[in-house]
Amino acid sequence: MTHVNAPHAGPVDYREVQQREDFKELRKTHRSFVFPMTAFFLLWYIAFVIAAAFFPDFMAIKVWGNINLGLILGLAQFLTTFLITGLYVWFTNSKLDPKSSAIRLELEARGAGLPEEEKH
Amino acid sequence: MNSLITAFTTNAAEAPLANAAAEAGSDVGSPLANIAIFVVFVGVTLFFVIRASKNNNTAADYYAGGRSFSGTQNGTAIAGDYLSAASFLGIVGAIAVYGYDGFLYSIGFLVAWLIALLLVAELMRNTGKFTMADVLSFRLRQQPVRIAAAISTLAVCLFYLLAQMAGAGALVSLLLGIDSGVGQSLIIAVVGALMIFYVFIGGMKGTTWVQIIKATLLIIGSAVMTIWVLALYGFNFSELLGAAVENTGEEALLEPGLQYGADLFTKLDFMSLGIALVLGTAALPHVLIRFYTVPTAKDARKSVVVAIALIGAFYLFTLVLGYGAAALLDTETILAAPGGQNSAAPLLAYELGGTLLLGFIAAVAFATILAVVAGLTITASASFAHDVYAQVIKKGKLDSAGEVKAARMTVIVVGILAILGGIGAQGQNVAFLVALAFAVAASANLPTILYSLFWKRFTTRGALWSMYGGLSSALLLIAFSPVVWGRDTSFFPDVDLAIYPLTNPGLVSIPLAFLLGWIGSLTSKVAEDPAKQAEMEIRSLTGVGAEKATEH
Repeated sequence: MTHVNAPHAGPVDYREVQQREDFKELRKTHRSFVFPMTAFFLLWYIAFVIAAAFFPDFMAIKVWGNINLGLILGLAQFLTTFLITGLYVWFTNSKLDPKSSAIRLELEARGAGLPEEEKH
Repeated sequence: MNSLITAFTTNAAEAPLANAAAEAGSDVGSPLANIAIFVVFVGVTLFFVIRASKNNNTAADYYAGGRSFSGTQNGTAIAGDYLSAASFLGIVGAIAVYGYDGFLYSIGFLVAWLIALLLVAELMRNTGKFTMADVLSFRLRQQPVRIAAAISTLAVCLFYLLAQMAGAGALVSLLLGIDSGVGQSLIIAVVGALMIFYVFIGGMKGTTWVQIIKATLLIIGSAVMTIWVLALYGFNFSELLGAAVENTGEEALLEPGLQYGADLFTKLDFMSLGIALVLGTAALPHVLIRFYTVPTAKDARKSVVVAIALIGAFYLFTLVLGYGAAALLDTETILAAPGGQNSAAPLLAYELGGTLLLGFIAAVAFATILAVVAGLTITASASFAHDVYAQVIKKGKLDSAGEVKAARMTVIVVGILAILGGIGAQGQNVAFLVALAFAVAASANLPTILYSLFWKRFTTRGALWSMYGGLSSALLLIAFSPVVWGRDTSFFPDVDLAIYPLTNPGLVSIPLAFLLGWIGSLTSKVAEDPAKQAEMEIRSLTGVGAEKATEH
């Protein structure tokens, strides 16, 4: 089979592409969404765990019937996980995919691609 | 405190079943019904496995299911892979007995998927072919990085596999009423042989179908039980909570602290576990390998979205089921049953739907073990055959058919090791192994994955320091922890050499591995190839070539 890291002496100079404005823009768009979002959910999760471990009395405050703050914050973790997932899907579909596929199609038209998967 | 720690690790695996299970057979339900339903499951999955086996000639077929699965199928299979019997039996039981703290545990398991979604899934799919090592060695020095990645992959798979196999024997005594040591060993051997057959014949395609079927059954079964429980309380969750408190007489059931709140160390231990879960999930090799079974990065994204929806829904069900068990069952009965708190879900099923529902849930629990061990075995065999044998030993000069042959040999070896290990681990407290697998994945794999994908100046030395440093520090900390020394549940209860006070190494080993990767890279004298870095970055973000690769 072909080596996974086949020589990149293909038709495309990746270092040149890396310096292009459209690629830099793609990278910036990607990172400016995923990095802050990751920081946000990690901090929010750690804050929640610290609250549960060290401030149980706070979490025990009853809000409605037998439903207390701990349960609400826990369910809020589920909710933010679902929301961030939805937000990311919206972001990639509307902002990221058009940029990445433009570059991909152009490079593939120039003959760039993985070494072919093994044939038999 | 000892019992707290035991219970604390219990969630992570079903192994403690082994201790209690030997004492008594199950006195509820009908073992025959349980076996019959399980046999039906085996029959159905065998059909799919044999059908899948007809097209398993190339490495892409065998390791990656021909990249022919849709995002929805793969997402369901990921849920099947991830929701082990520990999640199902362990979390329901933990909520039934410890209330809120059990719920706390499930949140980490879910939130973890955001790392996979945002940072890992698509970029890994775009860059690699079959294994994690493909990505990690892309722009670094092939041989050493590939070997390190294979070692940590095999370590994580082995820990996880042992815990599952040991749990299988215990589950049997709980659900089938087989309580002799020989009987349990026999069942472990049967489960192992079945698993070897599935993976050997069916490869990734067969394994994936087993996981899809199992995930569907598990989620339908728990959804039915959830609606049933809620209906008993007029679909008023607050009323269910009130009934749980009233029935158990435990006011604190609804607030944190029953399980982890004893002292500073139990609290830190929980934080360490929580961090290891969140950072480890996206770096578990058997999760990563699933991203290669779909044709495009977009399908990898869809997989994670579907997995998050299914896993999230499932953990919401366990919240209802756990408090439902607390409200409807007697805590003493749960703890006295074979398997202790792990028996809460089966007992609840019996309480609600009698023999038939119990049989269904029992069969699902079995199917779960089978599906999870199959997923681990195909991952371990891909890693050995592709990374170690084909790329390192044969220097990439092995053809596809040769690689599949090597992978199949590895399946047999791994399967036999798992059977022997599972039999040997019976009655041992190996519950810590699952938590350890997450901690090793988070320390040995995640830093290198993230650095390779996002940090230009990352080097081979950084990768090796981080992977070996993360792996060995996690193992060393466990070796000098209360898991091994000085507690009733330790391997050596009478000698206390536990220098590290926690039972989970993550709190130390994960930051250490990140630090080592950073220092190792900064102190490297050899620069990495910038052209390779450029190629990897462009491929990871655009998917150049990766999507075309399977069109033939």
